[in-house]
Amino acid sequence: MAGLELLSDQGYRLDGRKATELRKVQARMGVFAQADGSAYLEQGNTKALAVVYGPHEMRGSRSRTLHDRAVINCQYSMATFSTAERKRRPHGDRKSTEMSLHLKQTFEAAVMTQLYPRSQIDIYVKILQSDGGNYSVCVNAATLAVIDAGIPMRDYVCACTVGFVDETPLADLCYAEESGGVSSLALALLPRGGQIALLQMDARLHQDHLETLIEAAMTACKGVSKVLDEVVRQHLQEVSVLTGE
Amino acid sequence: WRRWLRSASAAAFWEACCIVLVLTLSPLLFWCLTALIAIMLKSKTFVKKTRSGGVMKIVREHYLRDDIWCGSEACTECKQESTVLQKDACIESNLCSYPHYLIPDTNVVLHQIDVLEDPMIRNVIILQTVLQEVRHRSAPVYKRLKDIIHEKEKHFYTFTNEHRRETFIEREPGESANDRNDRAIRVAAKWYSQHLKMFESDTDGLKVVLLTNDQGNKQKAEESDLLVYKCEEYIKSLIANPELVDRLALSSDDKNEITSSKVLFPEHLPLSRIQAGIKSGSFLQGTFRASRDNYLEATVFVQGEGEDSTEVLIQGLQNLNRAVHQDVVAVQLLPRNQWVAPSSVVLQDEGTAKDDDVEEEEEEKLVAATLMSSMSLKPTGKVVGIIKRNWRPFCGMLNVSQIKESTRHLFTPADRRIPRIRIETRQASTLAGQRIMVAIDGWPKHSRYPNGHFVRSLGGAGEKNTEEEVLLLEHDVPHQAFSQAVLSFLPKMPWAITPEDMVRREDLRHLTVCSVDPPGCTDIDDALHCRELENGNLEVGVHIADVSHFIRPGNALDKEAANRGTTVYLCGKRIDMVPELLSSNLCSLRSNVERLAFSCIWEMNHEAEILKTRFTKSVINSKASLTYAEAQMRIDDTTKNDDTTKSLRGLNKLAKILKRRRIEKGALTLSSLEVRFHMDSETHDPIDLQTKELMETNSMVEEFMLLANISVAQKIYDEFSECALLRKHPAPPPSNYDILLKAAKSKDVVIHTDSAKALADSLDVAKVDGFPYFNTLLRILATRCMMQAVYFCSGMDSDFHHYGLASPIYTHFTSPIRRYADIIVHRLLAVAIGADSTYPDLMDKHKQSALCNNLNYRHKMAQYAQRASVAFHTQLFFKSRGILNEEGFVLFVRKNAIIVLIPKFGLEGTVFFDGKDKTAPNLVYDEEGPTLTIEQHTFHIFDKVKVTISLDDSNIQHQKIRMALIDPVISGVSVPAPDVGPQAKKPKLDQ
Repeated sequence: MAGLELLSDQGYRLDGRKATELRKVQARMGVFAQADGSAYLEQGNTKALAVVYGPHEMRGSRSRTLHDRAVINCQYSMATFSTAERKRRPHGDRKSTEMSLHLKQTFEAAVMTQLYPRSQIDIYVKILQSDGGNYSVCVNAATLAVIDAGIPMRDYVCACTVGFVDETPLADLCYAEESGGVSSLALALLPRGGQIALLQMDARLHQDHLETLIEAAMTACKGVSKVLDEVVRQHLQEVSVLTGE
Repeated sequence: WRRWLRSASAAAFWEACCIVLVLTLSPLLFWCLTALIAIMLKSKTFVKKTRSGGVMKIVREHYLRDDIWCGSEACTECKQESTVLQKDACIESNLCSYPHYLIPDTNVVLHQIDVLEDPMIRNVIILQTVLQEVRHRSAPVYKRLKDIIHEKEKHFYTFTNEHRRETFIEREPGESANDRNDRAIRVAAKWYSQHLKMFESDTDGLKVVLLTNDQGNKQKAEESDLLVYKCEEYIKSLIANPELVDRLALSSDDKNEITSSKVLFPEHLPLSRIQAGIKSGSFLQGTFRASRDNYLEATVFVQGEGEDSTEVLIQGLQNLNRAVHQDVVAVQLLPRNQWVAPSSVVLQDEGTAKDDDVEEEEEEKLVAATLMSSMSLKPTGKVVGIIKRNWRPFCGMLNVSQIKESTRHLFTPADRRIPRIRIETRQASTLAGQRIMVAIDGWPKHSRYPNGHFVRSLGGAGEKNTEEEVLLLEHDVPHQAFSQAVLSFLPKMPWAITPEDMVRREDLRHLTVCSVDPPGCTDIDDALHCRELENGNLEVGVHIADVSHFIRPGNALDKEAANRGTTVYLCGKRIDMVPELLSSNLCSLRSNVERLAFSCIWEMNHEAEILKTRFTKSVINSKASLTYAEAQMRIDDTTKNDDTTKSLRGLNKLAKILKRRRIEKGALTLSSLEVRFHMDSETHDPIDLQTKELMETNSMVEEFMLLANISVAQKIYDEFSECALLRKHPAPPPSNYDILLKAAKSKDVVIHTDSAKALADSLDVAKVDGFPYFNTLLRILATRCMMQAVYFCSGMDSDFHHYGLASPIYTHFTSPIRRYADIIVHRLLAVAIGADSTYPDLMDKHKQSALCNNLNYRHKMAQYAQRASVAFHTQLFFKSRGILNEEGFVLFVRKNAIIVLIPKFGLEGTVFFDGKDKTAPNLVYDEEGPTLTIEQHTFHIFDKVKVTISLDDSNIQHQKIRMALIDPVISGVSVPAPDVGPQAKKPKLDQ
C-alpha cells in the first residue's frame, strides 16, 4: 500500500498545515502552587508539564557541587498513557536519560548559573501526550517554568524540530511525519542573539541541505519565542492584577 | 486534560476510522507563520487494532483553513496568485449548454482515466478526496492523473477540500468510509456551485458538473440540487467529439446487457480463501503464462524456495478460468490421474463471437485428443483465483463483426498469448485495418471473452510508423515525448561552461582528442586521445560525455532516465533515454566545441602495459568526429601526418596488443550476423540491406572502451565494495553446449567447452576444407549457447566474472548517453575521486539492486524490440523485392522443419515440411545427429540448401518471411525453381 504523502503537490501537509507553519501552541504558567515555578504547554497534540525547584542547596551527594555556578538537574519522563500504546515506563531508561541530558545541556547554556554558586536547580518535565517533537515541547515548557520560578536566563530558549521532505523543510513535525521516515533535526535557540543552545540529529541527511534545514529551524524557533513571550506577558498582567500592583 | 485510554472492546473496531471528538479550545494563542488567518482545529480520532490484538486509539490533528482558493479565473473573491481553471470553459454538449467545470468522483477517475486523458477534456476539478482515494487504489492511475494535472493545457485543478473549512465533513456514526468520501465530494461540489454563483453575471452562468457512475450518489446529489451526470451520459452528449465514447470503459452494469446469463466459468475464490489455501499448501501461487501456439493451454510458473521452481500445466478453457498472460494466479493441482502432457498441436482461436457453443464442443474434443496421446505427464492444475491482474493496454486489430450495424466487435491482440477482447465501438468501419490499442475492463464469468474499451488508434496496419509504435508498445519501451516536468531540468540555452563548472575539472582542451563512431551517429559519448610523453611512454585518454553533470540525482529527469534505462535503436529511429538537447547536443562530444567529459587517462609503455591510471572530470574540445571508415583511411594513408592521425595510429597499435593479450587470456570472439539497411532518404523505406562490416578501427575503439570499463569497475569496487554497480556474464551450464558439440561432431570437429579459453581456442582451429563459412556458422551457434550478461550490485552477489570478456570484473562506463547504468557508474566514480557528492540511494544496495533489475529488463526488451524492428524492415524489403532465390545453410534441424540461415541477408527462416494444406511427407527425426530424413533425403546441420524467399502477408497482423526449398529437390516437398523473380536482381543471384 502506498505510504503517507507527507507533502502534497499543493503544498499541504497531512494535517493541513503548510510547510513552514507551526502547530497551535497554547501554554499556561504557574499551574502548581507548591513548586517554585511551573508551566503547562501544548504544541498541537503534544502536551508537557514542567516543574522547577530551586535554586536551593545541593541535595544528595555534595561532591557534585560546583563552586562557581549552579548545577542544573533535569529529569524527563513520559506518562504511561502518553503514547498510543499504553506502556509502563520505568525511570532512568536509556531514552529518557538521554533526553534528560539534552535538556540539561540546553538549560546550562541559557540559565545564568554563575549567579548561584554551590546551589542546584531542578527541572522536571513530564510528557502527558506525545505527538512528535517531544524534546522541543519539553524545552519550551521548561523555559516558561524557569521564568515562572524567577530564575534569570540570558534569553528564552525555544526549540523546534524540522524535517526534510521533497527538498522542503517542514517545521514542527507531528508524530505521523516523524515516523514517516523523514530525517528530522531538533534545534534549541536563544532567539535574540541567534545562538544555538543545542542541535541534534540522528538521521542521514545530505550535507548540502543542512544549511537550509537549520535556517528553517531557526525561523520556526523565533516563531515559538513570540508565542512564549506573549504567554509570559499575559501571565504577568494577570498576576499583577491579582496582587494589585 | 483528556487522556488517551485504551479501548476495552477489541472486536468491533477493525481499522474502523471515525471522527469522534471535536476539540473546542479557546483560541488562546495561535501563531501561524505565513499569514494570520482564521483556522479551525479539529481532531481526528480513530481506533486501530494492532498486530498483537490490542486496540489503539490514534488522535491526529486536522487543521481547517480559509485560505484554500477555488482556482477559477472567474473568481474575484479568492486571493489566489495564479488560476488554473479557465473562465470560458466551453465544450459543446447536449446536456450542458453553459460553460462548466467537471468534478469526477473516484470511480470515474479510476475507470475512465483514458477519457480524462483526452485533450478535449479540460477544466476539471480533482478533489483531494478523489486524489487520495485514487492513490490508495491504483498507483498507475494515480501517476497518470498526476501527469494530467501537471499539464498546463489540460487546466486540471486540485482542490484541497479536506482542509477547507466549508468543505470538510466528519464521518457520521454508522457511515462507511466510502459513503463519507462520496458525501465529501458532494459537499465540495455544492460549495463550488455556490461559490461560482456569485460571479454568475460576468461568466454566462459558469457551473460545476459532478460526474459519477454510482446510482445512489447521483440520486443524493440531485436531491441537493447539484448538476450531476453519469460519465457515459455526459461523454455521449459531447457533440463535437463522438469518438470519445469509444474510450469509455464499460462499467459493471453494462456488462449484463452484453452477455447471456449462461455461466461459462467457475467463480474465482475470494482473496482470503486463496491466501488461506496458499498457506496450507492446497493452492500454489504463480505467474500465468499463456502458450503462444495453443490458446487452450498455459503454464503457471511457481517460484519455489531458492532454485526449485515448478511449472504447472493448465489445459482447457474452464481450467484457465479467465486468467490472462502475466497475471499472478492461484492454482490447484488436479489429482494425478487427470494429469496430461502438453499438446503439440497448434491451436488458434479463430472462431467468431457469434457461435460460442459450437466452439465449446470442438475445444473439448481437442483437449480429449491430447489426453489420449499423453506420453510424459506433467503436473496439471486449474486456476482457482486471480491474485493480481497484470493488464495493460494491448495493441492489435479489430475483427469487424459480420452484422453491419453491430457496435460490439472482437479485438485480436498482436500478442497471441492474450485472448481476444470484446469491445464496443461505433467507428468500426474506420478502425478496421488499423492498429488500435484496447484496455481490458473485466472478464465476467458468463462471458467467453473479456470486455474492454478502445483506447486509441495507432494508424494503418502495415504502415511503418504504426508498426514501429506497435513494437515499442508490445516491448514495453517507454517512448512518449518527455514531459514538461522532465524538460524543466534541462540546462537553459545558450549553454556555456562557467567558472563554477571548472572548479573540480581539469582543462584538457589543448589535447588532440577525436571521436570515432558509426556514420550518422549524433549521440557521441566517447572520444579518445593518445600522445607521447616526455619520458617516452604513451598517454592514452578515454573521454566520456559527462552526463551525470546534467542529470542530477532524484529529479524528474533522472527518474525518467532511470525508468527508460537505455536508448533503443530501431532501424532508422532512435528512442532516446535523455532528451535530445542532451543526447545530441550538450553531452555529445562533437568536434570543435567545448564539452564536459569524464576522462580516464592511462600512462602506458609501448607494450600497452598500464603504468598509471587516473580518473578526472575534464573539459575537452574534440578536434574531429570521424566515422570508422574515415579513421581507417587516415591510418592507412601514409601521406597524412597531422596530430589526429598520429594519435589514431598510436591508439591502433596499442589496441592490437591489447586485443591479442585479451584473446590470450581467453576472451571469446563470437559472431552474430547484423544487418544494416540502406534507407531511402525520402520514404525511409529500406532499399538495400547488407551485413555489417567490421573494420580495424571498430575493434580499436572497442578495446579502449573495454579497458576503461575494466579500470573503472576495479576503482569503484575498491572504493564501494557494497554498492558498486557491475556487470557480469555467467558461464553457461555445460548442457547449453550440446547443440554446438553435436553440430561440430557432424563435421568431425571437436570443440572443448571446459573453459572460455578452451572454447575460444577450439573455435579458432575449427575449419573444414572447402567450407570457408563453417567457422562463422560455428561461432553463431556458440553465441546461442551463451547466457545473458546482467547488471548487478556488488553487495548482493559474489560472482563477478565476465565469461565472454574473460575479465574478473567489468562494468559499463562508456555510454552514459544511452545507458542509465553508466550514469550510476559515473556518479560512483565521481564520488570516489571527490568530484561530486553522494546521495543516500546511491549507497543503498537494495535500491541499487532494484534498479539493476529494471535496467536488465529494459535492456532485454530493447534487444527484442531491436530484433523485431529488423524483422519488420526485412519484411518491408522483401515486400518490395517479390520472390527471391538464395543460398543458405541449415542452422538447426527440428522435428518437422529446418531452420535456414541466409548469410547474405543475415536472415533466418524456417522451412516447414508439414504444411497445413499439404499431406505430410514421411519424416524421420534422429535426435542424436540431429538429422531429419524426408523421403530419401537427409538433412544435417550446415548443409547447403537453396530456398525461395517470399513475404507471407496472409495474416496482416503477423506477416512473416516464408521460405520454401528448391534444392535439393525432393518430390512433394520442394518447390519448382524460380518462376518469378525481378529481372534486375538476376545478376545478384548469380554471384
